[in-house]
Amino acid sequence: MKKVSVSFTLNGDPVTAEVPAAWTLLRTLRENFEFTGAKEGCGVGECGACTVIVDGDAVNSCIFPIPEIEGKSVVTIEGIADKDGNLHPLQKAFLDNNGVQCGFCTSGMIMSAKALLDKNHNPTEDEIRTSIAGNLCRCTGYVQIVEAIGMAAKK
Amino acid sequence: MLNYDYIKPESIKDVFSLLKEYGAEATLIAGGTDVMVNIRNRKLSPGVLISLRGLMDLQYINKNKGYHIGGMTTHRMLEQSELVKNELSALHDGASRVGSVQIRNVATIGGNICNAAPSADTAGPLLVLDAVVVLEGPEGKRKIPVAEFFTGPSTTVRREDEVLVEFDIPEDNSRYGSAYWKHSRRKAMDLPILGVAVALNLAEDRTIVDARIGLSVVAPTPIRALRAEEYLKGKSFREDVLLEAGRIASSEASPRDSIRGKAWYRGDMIKVFVPRMAKLAAERRGVI
Ligand SMILES: Cc1cc2nc3c(=O)[nH]c(=O)nc-3n(C[C@H](O)[C@H](O)[C@H](O)COP(=O)(O)OP(=O)(O)OC[C@H]3O[C@@H](n4cnc5c(N)ncnc54)[C@H](O)[C@@H]3O)c2cc1C
Ligand code: FES
Ligand code: FES
Repeated sequence: MKKVSVSFTLNGDPVTAEVPAAWTLLRTLRENFEFTGAKEGCGVGECGACTVIVDGDAVNSCIFPIPEIEGKSVVTIEGIADKDGNLHPLQKAFLDNNGVQCGFCTSGMIMSAKALLDKNHNPTEDEIRTSIAGNLCRCTGYVQIVEAIGMAAKK
Repeated sequence: MLNYDYIKPESIKDVFSLLKEYGAEATLIAGGTDVMVNIRNRKLSPGVLISLRGLMDLQYINKNKGYHIGGMTTHRMLEQSELVKNELSALHDGASRVGSVQIRNVATIGGNICNAAPSADTAGPLLVLDAVVVLEGPEGKRKIPVAEFFTGPSTTVRREDEVLVEFDIPEDNSRYGSAYWKHSRRKAMDLPILGVAVALNLAEDRTIVDARIGLSVVAPTPIRALRAEEYLKGKSFREDVLLEAGRIASSEASPRDSIRGKAWYRGDMIKVFVPRMAKLAAERRGVI
């Protein structure tokens, strides 16, 4: 097995991983770091359940080659609550507005929304919808999710 | 079990020597949104992936005696560029409709064109902007009009030792208005049933000085509707003229039935969207 050693920042902490070169960022997060917040839905970029933030941008970690993560900064759902364990405003808004049912899409939805809100504090509904167009939800429906993101933006 | 090496050279010279060293074992990877999916679906099993993401100097959009777009420029950069939005509007339309934000953040315009899907969303726009592909190989550069770049579904004139480094778009596009319509069932995360791009140069008196029409998903490669373009030149910009251009363009296509749409439907939709995109292009040009 051809391996690579990569060093990057994971939720603010410097980390190093030695994994097969053919692994994806998603597999490395889940199997090497045991950060299982990012999910594998489709594995081919279609569903967004694996969304994480790399250097400020939302990406599908299921098709992100692990060697490309060298030197970059990765933020996952595990890293967005504050140090005392207080939930991020997006997490609170999803709970308060019933934006979660089975939860499989939720971490990806929240990371896509966070990438938007970090750059745009006052998004229109259209901008919110575009930001999560690559995130499929099979149970909640999108109305509560879009509302939750709008509520979090106001905080 | 997937097992390949991954090498990320820092210079294009190193890319050429690695391609020479690994030969058929090697596959180039840019954003990887086609490559990684093909590997996962077992359509591709490279021995080594050679990443172009170390060539950050191939990410740019500028205007200097014409427009220049680096091969590694992402769809997201194109979507967010005011220059592209205002002066190369069809390309803005195409790039901002690729996949999702997550896809556009990494997927490149060079990858979209080298992958050469008949449905590639930047192909129609590049055709009507008269773009030229700049390929660089160990022996130097060569330039090929986008209209001659595709040879069939997933095949192009690019040699295996060449990298797509730039798109050159002629300066005279500043006199054209342009627009691209991706006709699909969903607004996002869907491939087009067909794509229609139009660029128009209109005189103040509404005479059509020049017209370019690009069609995708209606032939083995994205095509220009040259007869419809010829018909439009010198005519007055009027509804009946545009409708006739749509009919001619439709007769130049050779659509097929597929899960996304029937051939007859694709043919009829060309007649609808050629006039519509011509109107949008004219509106953007500020003539109507
Ligand atoms: C979920 C999903 C949705 C998508 N939606 C769309 C869509 O709506 N519209 C659309 O058009 N496409 C879509 N695509 C396809 C894909 O995202 C695009 O074709 C994209 O532009 C490919 O760029 P890339 O940088 O990711 O290419 P890669 O996957 O890295 O490469 C693609 C091909 O081009 C070659 N290559 C790449 N760059 C160069 C270069 N500079 N020189 C020489 N060869 C090169 C590679 O060897 C490979 O053969 C989608 C893909 C996914 C996974
Ligand atoms: S698992 Fe990555 S997009 Fe579906
Ligand atoms: S909550 Fe179940 S998929 Fe969205």
